[in-house]
This record gives sequence, C-alpha cells and structure tokens, in this order.
Amino acid sequence: MAAAPDIVLRVEHLTMRFGGLVAVDNVSFDVASGDITALIGPNGAGKTTVFNCITGFYKPSEGRLTLKHGDPAMWNALEALTDRGERHTSGPDGALYLLERMPDYLVTQQARVARTFQNIRLFAGMTVLENLLVAQHNVLMLASGFTFLGIFGIPSYTAAERASIEKAKFWLDRIGLMARADDPAGDLPYGAQRRLEVARAMCTEPVLLCLDEPAAGLNPHESAELNELLLSIRNDHDTSILLIEHDMSVVMGISDHIVVLDYGVKIADGKPEAVRNDAKVIAAYLGVADEEVAEVEAEVGL
Amino acid sequence: MAGVQGERLDLVRALGDAARTSVIAFFLFLPLIGFLTQTDINNVLILTTRWPLLFSWIGAIFIGRFVYSLVVTPWLAKRAMRPAATTPSTFRSFVGKWFVPFAIGFVIAYPLIVIFTAGYGGALKWIDNFGIQILIYVMLGWGLNIVVGLAGLLDLGYVAFYAVGAYSYALLAKTFGFTFWLLLPLAGILSSFWGILLGFPVLRLRGDYLAIVTLAFGEIIRLILINFVDLTNGYAGISGIPRPSFFGIPFNASDNGFDAVFGLEFSPLHRTIFLYYVILGLAFLTAFVTVRLRRMPVGRAWEALREDEIACRSLGINTTNTKLTAFAMGAMFAGFAGSFFAARQGFISPESFTFLESATVLSIVVLGGMGSQIGVALAAIAFVGGTEMLRELNFLKQIFGDTFDPTQYRMLLFGFCMVLIMIWRPRGLISTREPSVFLKERKSISADLTKEGHG
Repeated sequence: MAAAPDIVLRVEHLTMRFGGLVAVDNVSFDVASGDITALIGPNGAGKTTVFNCITGFYKPSEGRLTLKHGDPAMWNALEALTDRGERHTSGPDGALYLLERMPDYLVTQQARVARTFQNIRLFAGMTVLENLLVAQHNVLMLASGFTFLGIFGIPSYTAAERASIEKAKFWLDRIGLMARADDPAGDLPYGAQRRLEVARAMCTEPVLLCLDEPAAGLNPHESAELNELLLSIRNDHDTSILLIEHDMSVVMGISDHIVVLDYGVKIADGKPEAVRNDAKVIAAYLGVADEEVAEVEAEVGL
Repeated sequence: MAGVQGERLDLVRALGDAARTSVIAFFLFLPLIGFLTQTDINNVLILTTRWPLLFSWIGAIFIGRFVYSLVVTPWLAKRAMRPAATTPSTFRSFVGKWFVPFAIGFVIAYPLIVIFTAGYGGALKWIDNFGIQILIYVMLGWGLNIVVGLAGLLDLGYVAFYAVGAYSYALLAKTFGFTFWLLLPLAGILSSFWGILLGFPVLRLRGDYLAIVTLAFGEIIRLILINFVDLTNGYAGISGIPRPSFFGIPFNASDNGFDAVFGLEFSPLHRTIFLYYVILGLAFLTAFVTVRLRRMPVGRAWEALREDEIACRSLGINTTNTKLTAFAMGAMFAGFAGSFFAARQGFISPESFTFLESATVLSIVVLGGMGSQIGVALAAIAFVGGTEMLRELNFLKQIFGDTFDPTQYRMLLFGFCMVLIMIWRPRGLISTREPSVFLKERKSISADLTKEGHG
C-alpha cells in the first residue's frame, strides 16, 4: 500500500432515526480526495438518507460528518474542533467543517458540498443560462455589494457578472448545451436535464460533489456521456465525487471506491473488484436460496 | 340525406341542451328573481312574486343557450381543428417593440391631454379619479408582484404595509411637522421593517398556511388602528394631514402659494397635477427598481425560489433571507404608496385598509399575470379604471329605468369579467416570462413551464 490516502469527507458512526425507524445505523466511511466514491445498495438501504445528512437537509440523530479543505494536516484539529462546539476551523492551508452542525445552505456556501437530486430539480421556468447563474448566487451577491451597489451598476459587479457568464459558458460547452443556453430548462430532454443539474452543481465550485442517481432513466449512450463528464470533473477539477447509483455499468466503470449499504447498515467497503465478489453484497442484491438463509444471516450478523 | 339527418340531430341536441339549462336556471332564479321580499308601511315583510321577469330571464337563457350550442360550439370545434398560425405577425412584433415607449409617453402627457380634451373644469375628475387612483394601484400591484409574482409567496395581508405607510406619514407629519419628501422614504423604511417583522415568524410556513397568517396580519394591523385610539384616533381616523408642497411652496391661494409664485391663476387642479406626477414618479421608481432587481442575483434568487426552494438551498442560497428581502421590498413600495395616499387624501381611517384592498391588489397581480410588469399595469387600468368607468354609464338609465344605478352592479360585473378572463387566459393577461439574461437571443418562456410558487 502507498501512503494513506488524503481524506476529504469522513463519516463516523452516522445514525439517522425517523421515530422508531432506523434508516441509517452506525455507518462510517471515508471519501478520499480526488476519488469517485460510489454508495450503492438495494432500494430502501438508506443511501439517500446518508446524502441528506451530508448535505445538511437532515440533522443526523448521531454521528460526526467532517469535511476537509486543503492540507491533510487539518485532520489533527478535528477533536479540538468537536470539543469546542463550533462549526468549523481554518488553518493556513485548509479548513475543517462539521457538516452535522451546519444548516443546508451553509453546507454548500461554506463547506462547498454540492448535490443533485434523484428526481431532477432544475428551475424549469428559467433558462439554462439562468440556472447556471443562480448557482453562482453567493459570489455574485458579494460582488454586487448585497444588491445595494449592484443596483447602481458599479463596474466591479458588471465584471463579476461577465465572469460568471463566462463560467456558465464553460460548463455549457462541457455538457454540450451551448446551443440551448437561452431555452427554458424544462424544455430540455431528460438526459440533458441530468447533465445540466451536474453542471449547475459544479458552478458552486464544490470540493465534494454528491450525485443522487445521476444515470437514472438515461439510455446507454447518455449513460456513457455522463461517465465521461464525471471522469473529466474528477481529473480536471479539484472536486471529489460521491455518487449513489443503481446502474452497475456506471458504478463499476468509473468508481475508485465503493461503499455498500443494506437496511441502513454498511455491509461492504472497498475497491470495485473486491466489492463485486463480496458474498454479503451478492446476497443483498441477488438474495440467497432458502436453505442458505440462516448461514448467510449468521455471516452478515443478523 | 345523411347531412340533413345530421342537421336535425344537431337541432334536437341543441334544443335538449337549451331545455336542460332552462330547468337549472328556473330553480336557480326562482328564489333569486322570482320572489321579492319587501317591508310595507307597517314594517311587515311581504312576499311578492315576479313571474313575468323570471320567465323573461329563463326565455332569454333558453334562446341564448340554443344559439350557443347550435352555432358557437360547432364553430369553436372547427376552429380547434385548424392548425394554429406559426409565423409571428409583423404587427405583433411592432406593437411589442413600441408599446412601452408609447405608454410611457402617454402617461407623462396624460394631464395635458385631459386638459385639452375635457377643459380646466372637467380635468380634475379625470386626473384624480382615473390617473392618480390607477397609478396608486399600479404601484401597489408592482410592489405585491415582487412578493407574489417573483418570489411566489402568497401574501393576503399586503394592505397592512399600505396602512403602515399611510399612518406613518399622517402621524409623523402631524406630530413633528416633517415634510412629505422626508417622510416618504421614512414611511418606506418603516413599512419594510414591519415586512421583516412579519416575515421572521411567518416564512417557515408555506402555501395555504402562509396565506392565512398574512391574512391575519393584515387584520391585526387594522384592528390595532381601530383600537389604539390614543395614537390613531380609532374609527374616526386622522384628518388635517399636511398636504405635500412643491419643494417648499404650498398649493394654496395665498400670495406665496404655488400659483402666485409662478404667476398662474389659482386653480386646485395644479395640486392634482403635481400629485399625479409624484405618484407617476414613484410608480416609475418601483418599475425601474424591480426591473433592475430582476437582473441582480437577488432577483434571480427570488424567481429560483418560486421555481424550486429545495434546489435553491442545495445551491447555497439562504432562502430565509431571500424571502425576507422580497417581503421587505414589497412592503417598502406599499409604504411609499401609503404615505402618498395619506398626503393626497388629507384624511385616513381604518376603513381604507380593509381586506378588500388586499384582495383587489392581489386580483390585479393575478389578472395581469404573475411576474409581468406590463400585465399588472394593464390589469390595474382595467380593474380600477373599469370601476370608475361604471360611474360614467348613466345612459344605461334610459334602458333600465331611472332607478338603475350601474355602480351598484360593479362587483357583479367584475366577478363576471374575472371568470371570463380566467377561462380565456388562466395565467393572466401576460403570462410569458422574460428571461433576465441571455447569450444570443431573448426568448419568452411559456407559462406552462414556470411555476406559481408554493408559499
């Protein structure tokens, strides 16, 4: 093994209860910087719940979710930060964020975690370009002096707006939607809407990009295009990717690391080849013959 | 042969349809028109019947429905089969291009046009009742449009902020003698302060719940105005509110009044014309600020909020602050309009700030098309101007008899017009959305794609 990988997100003992239902039970895993990490599992395994906890939409019942910017040495400050009861700490070359303590919009704004949704959530009545500009809201808000200066058209705001349009154009080019920039997002075909949602999330300049079933409903050709887009995001940008996916051609094709959940419990964690041959994973996905149930249950620990 | 038979079938169908409608009309109108309760001299209720009137109504309905189902329905069906014209007409694009500059020119020249056509004597009514009254509602409509049309937050208590503006001006001007131009921004600030105050507890609510709480807020403000007699003088209202002056020169018949200073013959019309230009300026300010804000990040965030709040949060937008700014901006313009209202009337009382006012302004926004500036202005003209127009329909007395008063029917007529317009254009007069920014070509977005917000 080489040196320990640089961790960007550390999930520790994450538990989420809804009343009596334990949706996620004591799940821990790491997302390495510059990796594509896949979170897989059968329906109802708690994958989206983990996502909602990471992105601040749910407050976890228990557990710690830590995101790191920059220097790996920042991890040394984790325990002190937890004890101080603060949301984040920053060093000379990096910062640490305790995501479970932050409201959803700050998770994106400060900790720079962006996400997409299982059922696409674009601003359907706004144009493709506007969708990408809304994603740069916080940068533009600052440049416009919280609107007060921008309304008088100060040059620095005009420049910032031009820059944000350039950035939007860069992403439009990357997802092949330049020609449709002025069309409403709701008019795009399904596959293009998926790509636009990824591009919109990327416009927030995330450190970690969380994609909830990005390939759902795509045909094989669109699926391959999406793989290419995700790989290029990983290679060209300083963004790590965490994705939930059912499409195994996507999962096995592009992920560097796979975490498998079943009934809210982590049952496997490792490289794609290792996970593919894991007995528990095969049992969870394919089921087992009746006579083997007791044996497998004992093995899984039920 | 088949054609003749088809025609006969149509005839039978139309007759049946008309008969069915007449039966429904009979039962509906029997209590409404057939019976009339009156008190006689001894103050006893007596029931009179009006059979001829009832049957003439039902006869008219029978004929109307018969003609409708025989002629209009097939015609509509035939028209629906025809493909719609796809090429945009040059006339339409010409109107689209020149409508706004023409409208701005018209409203600026309006007082002069009225004086030339109606003369000095008749102009007052046209400038005051039509010009100023409509412009107040245009401004209120544009202010509420920010909250309802852009941010998608249903506010049924908008009149509360209008009242705050009006009372702020009235009380501060009477107590401290501040001038109109100082109090105008102050009233706006106070109103937006109340907007934020209302916003904080309320904005975690959505949809119907938000509507109910804002409705209650409007009533609370009105009840405070009624019951806080020491401050507001209750039902009696506040009278003798100082009128705005022309940069320090008062509008009166004295030697240092406006007319004397400018060497004009004294006329109360001059003050009205001045007020007209003040409210016109305020309305332009509202329009200008709204148009600018739509192109700013905050305006785009409002519209994004209307489209999808959860997606907004996932993009790092603080939705609470964004909603609060929408509420504060809308309230501020209502405050401006309110202080202008107080200055123009010289007298205010809680009567002017009932729920009906909120409902009127909301109707204007919905009728105009949520989010559309021009649509809201047109709707305000139709709604307020239409109401005023009914006062001018005295010739109807020659048809319906001397006791007929058209203004009594105005709510009925308005209900009817609203129903028609909502059938014809369910998303308002101008329902398309103009994008705030474009790369190559500005394309209007159909109302089918934009959302109405969910609270």
